[in-house]
Amino acid sequence: MAATYEVNKQLEKVPMPEQDPAARACNFDEVAWGYTPEDAMVEARRCIQCPKKPCMDGCPVGVPIPRFIESVAHGEFAEAYAAVKAANALPAICGRVCPQERQCEGVCTRGRKGEPVGIGRLERFVADWAFEHPDEAAAALGQAEGGADRAADSKRLAGKRVACVGSGPASLTCAGELAKMGADVTVFEALHKVGGVLVYGIPEFRLPKDLVAREVSSLSDLGVSFETNAVIGRLYDVDELLDEQGFDAVFVGTGAGLPGYLGIEGEGLNGVMVANELLTRVNLMKAYLFPEHETPVYVGKKCIVVGGGNVAMDAARTAKRLGADVTVVYRRSREEMPARAEEIHHAEQEGIAFQMLTSPVRALGDDKGWIAGLECERMELGEPDASGRRRPKPVAGSEFVMDADMLVIAVGSKTNPLIANTTPGLEVTARNLVVADERTGATSKPGVFAGGDTVIGAATVILAMGAGKRAASGIAEYLAPSA
Amino acid sequence: MYPIERVEALNAEVTRMVVRAPQIARKIKPGQFVMLRIDERGERIPLTMNDCDPQAGTVTIVFQAVGATTKRLATMQAGEALADFVGPLGNPTELEGARRACVIGGGLGTAIAYPQAKWLHEHGCEVDVITGFRNKDLILLEDEINACSTRQIIMTDDGSNGNKGLVTQALQQRIDEGADYDLVLAVGPVIMMKFVAATTKPYGIKTLVSMNPLMIDGTGMCGGCRVKVGEEYLHACVDGPDFDGHLVDYDDAMRRGVMYREFESQAREDRDCGERKGA
Repeated sequence: MAATYEVNKQLEKVPMPEQDPAARACNFDEVAWGYTPEDAMVEARRCIQCPKKPCMDGCPVGVPIPRFIESVAHGEFAEAYAAVKAANALPAICGRVCPQERQCEGVCTRGRKGEPVGIGRLERFVADWAFEHPDEAAAALGQAEGGADRAADSKRLAGKRVACVGSGPASLTCAGELAKMGADVTVFEALHKVGGVLVYGIPEFRLPKDLVAREVSSLSDLGVSFETNAVIGRLYDVDELLDEQGFDAVFVGTGAGLPGYLGIEGEGLNGVMVANELLTRVNLMKAYLFPEHETPVYVGKKCIVVGGGNVAMDAARTAKRLGADVTVVYRRSREEMPARAEEIHHAEQEGIAFQMLTSPVRALGDDKGWIAGLECERMELGEPDASGRRRPKPVAGSEFVMDADMLVIAVGSKTNPLIANTTPGLEVTARNLVVADERTGATSKPGVFAGGDTVIGAATVILAMGAGKRAASGIAEYLAPSA
Repeated sequence: MYPIERVEALNAEVTRMVVRAPQIARKIKPGQFVMLRIDERGERIPLTMNDCDPQAGTVTIVFQAVGATTKRLATMQAGEALADFVGPLGNPTELEGARRACVIGGGLGTAIAYPQAKWLHEHGCEVDVITGFRNKDLILLEDEINACSTRQIIMTDDGSNGNKGLVTQALQQRIDEGADYDLVLAVGPVIMMKFVAATTKPYGIKTLVSMNPLMIDGTGMCGGCRVKVGEEYLHACVDGPDFDGHLVDYDDAMRRGVMYREFESQAREDRDCGERKGA
């Protein structure tokens, strides 16, 4: 297939308009402003419409990338939106938080020489455009879904009731797909707000919460109902949902919400917290607006964040915005950091310091039990480990002390065992991960499906969405087998 | 929204509130807690259940107006509603099998100790309840506890009820008198629970304490509520809130407990300023 437009041969992406680093390091407004329609059309034309479409294989939910980009290139934004939305229920979110450099953009043909096409930025543009042009977007969606096949599909699960436990990306995607097939879906969320990690974890400056709310309300429009303040495993267990509450199937998408610790001396000192605490106080409870919002958050002058993932970057940039001088301590080198490239880049721009190849040994306290410093040691990289990354090992005699009055631990998270402990017959691994079929999401318990971090451990929004989507097909097949 | 059905001042500082929450009322057991949020700008605060009525669909909480949120909560009236009320959270207290129990409540802790005494009493256990208050005007739930205990001993710091002393003195006396307890439950200030555990330790009496640390989500996520038990940190919200009283590191809990005191007073100051401005 050849491009139906003149290809833009520029080697670099059209730059993303964004807030000045010095200004944004003091506010919680979104960092990147997004493309204008002109920016988007110019960037879209960088796609050469290559025949192999490697980008699509790189996408966990199978967005028809060349097709939507072609529409953008022609300024047909409503068509582009319909193409994206058919495959991806939450495009405004994915455009912002997907690790594109490891997925679609990582394999883009244009990336062999110069930068890949800005697929994430274009996806975001298309979703944001649809929010601003709801009528045109709805009309395009209606047209795309108007076929006879779709109409039959939309009645496939009529009369079937499905409970989705948790309201993060896996559950929201699963709920949306099932609702499109006519199922009566209820999403149960333990907290007071719907969105899971999208609201308690990812900060406002990276993913505005009103945008999450809009994506959620588009699910309500599909007929999905939401019950907040509902802790499944306590208020109802899974068996009660199936027997007493009359659900025909249950999807478990409870994520990986339990914090991991360093296991070092001094971890219980005051001023030491896990990233979940900092982020929950600030994102979910809006502690950055204290005292108008009543939840406080402790912020030191010198903050150390331990970890190298997206959560570590979010915590570091949050502490910075609250006024701390922040250093990230990571035991491997920048190359191995699991965070999105853009987040590391933004953190550096905002003045966050990095101590690579450094690992904490113990936290030092003052006479009142508050943290005063962090003893670290230098690391060097050895042979690759199971994850394929080179294993760090300590350099003997390299210990040194960094001053700190705040320590944030962001070294991964574990799954909450509540569902596993209260659901007889549900097989879990030694790490409390729910065992589920990769293709269908089916668990060891009939009628119970699972997907996302609760199955694979802490990963990304898009992988959770992919799992939610597959589980929806698995549930449909279970409730209404296709002939 | 969760309607408030009844509000009653138990003394100058402590309020009893009955909240309509039928699903929770059906499930909640002694020792479990709820988290509530007054409105959109409010904090989430944990409150351990005082009573519940599954038929009426209500859960009763008792709280002391000490922080910004509890002070605001104390001004709410029947007919108003809470934005959020979630539970049951935490694990129920392990009460099964106890034959001779001593339930100890310090101040507000008495309100949480009450459902445990009631459960034990209803299940054929002999129950002594020892409670402690600063003075006689602050005594809580005397009639309710009388109805569900074998013996009630009320201590006051100033002796204004004619029984001056600490709960630990009453406990020691009962042990000396030959009360052969197989379970002691203590709910109250950390310092009180520390000394209750120290009192029972030499006798090897199983002792459970109900910890009430700082908490944000209450579902195991934030790690704010970690309590040092033996050599490890456990989460009060999912592993507790009850722990083996002989293993809890009380000094660690007290230090962590005051971490946000400055912020709390700031919140109060700001609110009081706001009210003065508004007046």
